Amino acid sequence: MSNKRNTILLVLLGAILFTMPLLLDAIGQSFLLGSATRILIYAIAAMSLNLILGYGGMVSFGHAAFFGVGAYVTGILSFHMFEDTTIFGLAGTNSAAIAWLASIAISALMALIIGALSLRTTGVYFIMITLAFAQMIYFLFVSLQRYGGDDGFMMFDGRSRIAGLELGDDISFYFVCLAALAIFAMGFKTLVNSRFGQVLKGCHENEPRMRALGCPTYRYKLVAFVIAGAGAGFAGALQANLTEFVSPDYVHWTRSGDLLIMVILGGIGTVLGPFFGAAAFLMLEEFLPIIFKGLGLPLLQEHWRVVFGPMLILIVLFAKKGLYASLMDWGRRKND
Amino acid sequence: MTDAPILIVENLSKSFGALKAVDGLNLTVQTGELHAIIGPNGAGKTTLVHQLSGQISPDSGSIRFQGLDITKMQEAKRPHLGLVRSFQITSIFPQSTVLENVAIAVQMQSGHSFRFIKNARADKSLSDPALSYLQQIGLESLANEPAHTLAHGQQRQLELAMALALKPKLLILDEPMAGMGADESAQMVSFLKSLKGTLSIVLIEHDMDVVFALSDQISVLVYGQVIATGIPDEIRNNPKVRTAYLGEEE
Repeated sequence: MSNKRNTILLVLLGAILFTMPLLLDAIGQSFLLGSATRILIYAIAAMSLNLILGYGGMVSFGHAAFFGVGAYVTGILSFHMFEDTTIFGLAGTNSAAIAWLASIAISALMALIIGALSLRTTGVYFIMITLAFAQMIYFLFVSLQRYGGDDGFMMFDGRSRIAGLELGDDISFYFVCLAALAIFAMGFKTLVNSRFGQVLKGCHENEPRMRALGCPTYRYKLVAFVIAGAGAGFAGALQANLTEFVSPDYVHWTRSGDLLIMVILGGIGTVLGPFFGAAAFLMLEEFLPIIFKGLGLPLLQEHWRVVFGPMLILIVLFAKKGLYASLMDWGRRKND
Repeated sequence: MTDAPILIVENLSKSFGALKAVDGLNLTVQTGELHAIIGPNGAGKTTLVHQLSGQISPDSGSIRFQGLDITKMQEAKRPHLGLVRSFQITSIFPQSTVLENVAIAVQMQSGHSFRFIKNARADKSLSDPALSYLQQIGLESLANEPAHTLAHGQQRQLELAMALALKPKLLILDEPMAGMGADESAQMVSFLKSLKGTLSIVLIEHDMDVVFALSDQISVLVYGQVIATGIPDEIRNNPKVRTAYLGEEE
C-alpha cells in the first residue's frame, strides 16, 4: 500500500500549511493569506460533503445550504450583538464558542429536516430535491430585509471572540482555521473507519444487501447527512468570520456545484481528496485571471471561466480518481 | 428444540397487475428441516422469498416466524429474529474485500452501528468471527481480495458466508447454486449437507438431483400455489407433480 507516500505527503502538506504565513511574507504576498484561509474553510465544507457523497453515495446538490445557514447564524448573532437588539428574545453574541456551536447546531437541525424528507428518494430525485431545498433557503435569505436581503450584511462587530486569541489578526485566524481543518480531518478519518463508516460504505456499495443483512439503512444515512450538514455549517461560520460579511451568495446553487466539483476534483471517497480539490479549484479561480493579465490577454482575463471549465473537465478526465489519487500514484507504474 | 414449526405461511397472495404471482399459498416449515421449494419458472418462488424476507409486502395472508406474526415487519428487522436470506442474483459488496463483506454481516449481528470512534477494520471481535466463517466455507485464502475479483462460484460461497454470519435460525437460500460449475455445485451440496440439523433451511433450487439428495421435505409450487408437499419419495411419485413439473424433464 501507499502508506509511506501518504505519510510523506501529510508531513509535507503540514509543513507547508504551518509555515504558510511565513512563506507568503517571504515572497511579499501576505495579502494572499486570506485566500489560503478560504481554501482551509472550503476544504472543511468539501470534506463534509464527501462524507455523504463519497462514502454514503448520496449526491447532494444542496450542500451549500448548510454552509450558508452556518454563516447566517454566526452573522446574525454578531449583527444583534452590534445592534444591541435581540432575536427570538435572545441577545446577540460575538463569542466564538456560542456562535459557532449555534451555527453547527442549527445547520445540523436543518440537515435533519431536509435529510429526513430527501432521503426518502434516491438517484436523480435525491439530487433534485436537495437542490430544491437549498433554493428555498436561498430565497429565504434573500427575503430577509433586516439582514440586507440579497445584498447580505457586514459583521460590523468584527470576527468572533475567543479568550486568549485575537481572531481579528489574520495570522491568528489562519491558524484557528488550520487547527479546525486538522481536527475535522482526523475526526473524519476516525468516523469513516468506525462501524458507522462501514455501514455507510455498505449502503453506498449495495444498499439492498445492507437491508437484507438487517440494517435499517435510512437512519444511518440520515445521521451521516446530519453530520455532513453540521460540518458545512461550521465551515460557514468560519467563512462569515473570514470575510466579516454574509450574503445569500453562499447558498447560491452554483456554490453547491462548486462543492461537488471540489470533491470530485480532489478524489471522491478519500479523506484528503476534498482538500486538494478545494485548493486546486480556489487557486485556479484566483490565479487564472491574474495569469491572463500577466500574459497580456485582457479578453481571457475577463472571461477566464472559458478556460476554467475545460481545465476542470481535463483534470477530471486525466486524473480519473482525483488529484489525491494522482499524487499518490505519481511516478509509479500502472501495473501494480 | 420443540416440534413447533419455525415458519407458517397462510393464504399468502401477491399480484403484480393482473398477474397473480403468489396465489393463496400455504407452507409450513418444521424446525430443523431442510425444506426445498421447487417449481417451474414463473411459479412464484422468488416472489415468495421476497415476501418472506420483507423486500415486498404481501397483498393478503400471513407469515408467522417462530409463532410471531411478521407479515408486515420491516425487512431490516427480520434478520435479527434469525430469518436470513441469500439472493438468487449474487448480492455482495464488490469493492470491499472478502473479509470486509463478512465482517459487515458480523457487525450487523452484534448490535447497532452508531459507533463512531473505534476502528472497525482493526476490531478483532468483527474480523475473527468473519475469518472463521470464511474458513468454514473455504474462502479464507482469499480474505483480502476485493470481492469483485472472485469467480462467480466463489461469490456465491461468499454470499452464503455472509448469511451464516448473521447466525440464522431459518436460512432462505434462493438458488444458491445458480450459475455454478459441476465441481462447485457438488462442493456446495456437501456444505449444505454439513449445515443440516444445525438450522432450518428453505432451499429454492432447480437442480432436481440436488433437491432430492438434500431435502427432508419438498413443496411443489405451480402458479403461485403449493400443489404438493411431502418427503422426496412422495414427491417423485406424485402424479400431479409429474404432470405439472417433473414430467417435462423425464
